[in-house]
Amino acid sequence: MRIRGLAAFGALLLLTGCGAADMTEQASPFANAGGARSVTLSVQSWVGAQANVAVAQYLLEHELGYRVDTVQVDEVPAWDALSQGRVDAILEDWGHPEQQKRYVEDKKTISDGGGLGVTGHIGWFVPTYLVKQHPDITDWKNLNKYASLFRTPESGGKGQLMDGSPSYVTNDKALVKNLKLDYQVVFAGSEAAQITQMKQFAKERKPFLTYWYAPQWLFEQVPMTEVKLPAYEEGCDADPAEVACAYPHTPLKKYLNADFAEHGGKAAAFLKKFAWTTDDQNEVSLLIADRKLTPEQAAKKWVDGHTSTWKAWLS
Amino acid sequence: MATLTTSAPRLAVPGVLRTRAARKLLLLALAAAVLVPLANARWASGSWPAALTVDLTAPLTRVSDWIIDNRDSHPLFLYFFGHVSNAVVISVRAVYLALLGLGWAGVAALGALVAWRVAGVRLAAGSAAAFLACGLLGMWVPTMQTLALMTVAVLASVATGLLLGLAGGLSDRLDRALRPVLDTMQVLPAFAYLLPVVLVFGIGVPAAVLATVVYAAPPMARLTSLGLRGADKEVLEAVESLGSTPAQRLLTARIPLARKELLLGLNQAIMMALSMAVIASVIGGGGLGDRVYQALASVDVGAALAAGIPIVLLAVVLDRVTGAAGERTGGEPARDARTAWASALGAVAVVAVAGRLAGVLDWPGGWSVNIAAPVNRAVDWMTAHLYSGVPVIGGTADWAGHFTTWVLDPVRGGLQWLPWWSLLLVVAALAWVIGTWRTALTAVLALAAIGVLGLWKPSLDTLSQVLAAVAVTLVLGVATGVAAARSDRVERALRPVLDVFQTMPQFVYLIPVVALFGVGRAPAVAAAVVYALPAVVRITAQGLRQVDPAALESARSLGATPWQQLRQVQLPLARRSLLLAVNQGVVLVLAVVIIGGLVGGGALGYDVVFGLAQGDLATGLVAGAAIVCLGLMLDRVTQPTGRRSEKGA
Repeated sequence: MRIRGLAAFGALLLLTGCGAADMTEQASPFANAGGARSVTLSVQSWVGAQANVAVAQYLLEHELGYRVDTVQVDEVPAWDALSQGRVDAILEDWGHPEQQKRYVEDKKTISDGGGLGVTGHIGWFVPTYLVKQHPDITDWKNLNKYASLFRTPESGGKGQLMDGSPSYVTNDKALVKNLKLDYQVVFAGSEAAQITQMKQFAKERKPFLTYWYAPQWLFEQVPMTEVKLPAYEEGCDADPAEVACAYPHTPLKKYLNADFAEHGGKAAAFLKKFAWTTDDQNEVSLLIADRKLTPEQAAKKWVDGHTSTWKAWLS
Repeated sequence: MATLTTSAPRLAVPGVLRTRAARKLLLLALAAAVLVPLANARWASGSWPAALTVDLTAPLTRVSDWIIDNRDSHPLFLYFFGHVSNAVVISVRAVYLALLGLGWAGVAALGALVAWRVAGVRLAAGSAAAFLACGLLGMWVPTMQTLALMTVAVLASVATGLLLGLAGGLSDRLDRALRPVLDTMQVLPAFAYLLPVVLVFGIGVPAAVLATVVYAAPPMARLTSLGLRGADKEVLEAVESLGSTPAQRLLTARIPLARKELLLGLNQAIMMALSMAVIASVIGGGGLGDRVYQALASVDVGAALAAGIPIVLLAVVLDRVTGAAGERTGGEPARDARTAWASALGAVAVVAVAGRLAGVLDWPGGWSVNIAAPVNRAVDWMTAHLYSGVPVIGGTADWAGHFTTWVLDPVRGGLQWLPWWSLLLVVAALAWVIGTWRTALTAVLALAAIGVLGLWKPSLDTLSQVLAAVAVTLVLGVATGVAAARSDRVERALRPVLDVFQTMPQFVYLIPVVALFGVGRAPAVAAAVVYALPAVVRITAQGLRQVDPAALESARSLGATPWQQLRQVQLPLARRSLLLAVNQGVVLVLAVVIIGGLVGGGALGYDVVFGLAQGDLATGLVAGAAIVCLGLMLDRVTQPTGRRSEKGA
């Protein structure tokens, strides 16, 4: 057995030949099984992104007859994978200027796929029940006054500002320093851990201050209010170490692998047109995360109720 | 798993040891008396002196940029990595299509019949049931993807391991060169080297397979070399006297004689590879791991468990089957065996063809059991009721808070407060007393390397978590191990529980752990304890059971109470096993404390996760290197003298 395995491995090496082997030409070994045309979509780790992909996947499979593979990767590695053709599309990007310059402008291996129709916003949030007790807590100038409310074993005597996944865009450490806040940024390390912790806090009606973003389904379960930071102005976040202003409102974008965009046929045309509203996305996200439907069931439910919206993407 | 073998306990002679240890400590104290004032005068600081650090950010960023810019065009990538990657893709695809072609009935039949031939009827039934359970959980296709990936990764690991093992087994010089490398690879947490692999191969199956091979090949190499070296001298001489060439001797005597170790190596390679299946999903490995990872994102423990159970089942079945193959010696005559194999394979072919004709290649969609909803309800109930406000003992959140404030904070504070040279001294003393001057030197150099990398403080933070987790693991593990060693019934009841916890992907229980202990270092410690406990329990129980019955009998006849027997006879005699348990505990705990970066463990684990998430080679690789050094240091400090031969995973 072992020798045969080795021989097979050797034969494979020979078969692949001695010419150049471009890694960008290699698809996933699980793709196209059974001869179907296939599309690989990147799913980021948050549920909103899962909702985009679920609906796109459902329509690609049921309306256009494609086979869809999904891969979950973090944002920056996903750009890498997109440029190498390992995935065909990213449906929700929150703005990566460095990667955009490198791959879209310089190397031209990725092409702009248009807007998703959803506007994203990052900020600091406190639960609404806390705002009812302390109405002035929503101004950053008053945060120091309330620091003791947010103390945890991890925050070392200061207030805790909870951050999530290391893959997300964040200026929080700089903000805390530059706004001279008596807070410690504690990284939950993953969005899953952060959500679990927020739900536990909310169940107990405990105060917490967290980095969070909209659109996000958790707002439906744990109502939260944004804390006002110094207003965002164009360019105020240019130097990461000196940032002292709020996060911008970002129109979320889609990106396609350049080759796929050109030769991807109906699938590429469909993905370019795919655009919906924040409410649509939230509806699907909630079905997945809150009602624990599988992404496919959730997508079916949305698709059944919004025929006119998606018909436009197919024309 | 079944391989945590310990050699027979050697009697330690306390008197000699004490004087030898004292002599070592005295020497060390002398050296310290000379060196410390010098070091202190030059670099007076509590933390590692800044003058002695090297900043690798700029060169590593350059390397990363170069790779990204040249990945699609440079000959190194086109003619070497490209082909490696291509070969992996083609092989995985071939295995995957073959499995799909067999259909679910064919695959289940193949699994059952191979298990029957190798290990008997009971395991055959078990493996068929395992495959059907994968289907019932709605995980058939991901299971096949994982199986395809694993097959290729294990074959490649075995091939690599065999080559390295042959080299080490036949040449003393190569053995000396390979050993430190293999030792290092064995303590390397997988998370630490995902990033460089991804950078070169990109996200996807090739990177996942290669990372798995790096992880799974060392035990195979180590055991191959061990088996070749352990061959019976007399048999070899007899073969030599027959006038055979070295090549003949190798093929007809040494390799067959090493059969047991080779199969043990295969077993280890499979286990290590399976434990990578989920970690590899972070870099796009697909299959079951990806399902677990995606479920983690939507905080869906039930769905994660549904994908985790097939991994556990595969691991347990493969472990038992390969374990049984290793234990079986001799057996039936070759001709009978051949016909039995032929009929078994024939049966598989019949089932596969029947499945194909009946058109049931894919697992029927209707035959699935949804366990996610009830599991989620159970987890919700548990976390809701245990989190806080439990009368008298307080909730888990309170425990976690107390543990952080009263244990983790003081330990971290203490470690970071200690002057840097004193930590080096402590490490040297510990490693030297337990091991040899070589292990002590490696440990000290590894710790110093962490300082040079500029990660002194975060590494000590991680170290404090490791120490706390190891302490908890040892208290619980040794107590459970003692219980298991004293009663067969307890051991039998524990076995499946230990199997499950040893093979369950850590990602599955990260969420319940956060729900119970909140975000921070406490859940990282808790997850690490869950993961390391089974190995410690097993080694302790095994060590205690191997204690010479005569010694116990004589103690009993002298009227010793069970407690006295345990304390004065069993535990001292099982000292080597206990040290091995500590060593294993430390290495396993470190691996999970790193993954704890995902639940707020911070420190090195967070840096590695950050590096992976942001594609930031400078942060990720340096943190990975620091983890390796930390692992090396911890391994050497807990490495008993003469433990060189084998180590379970």
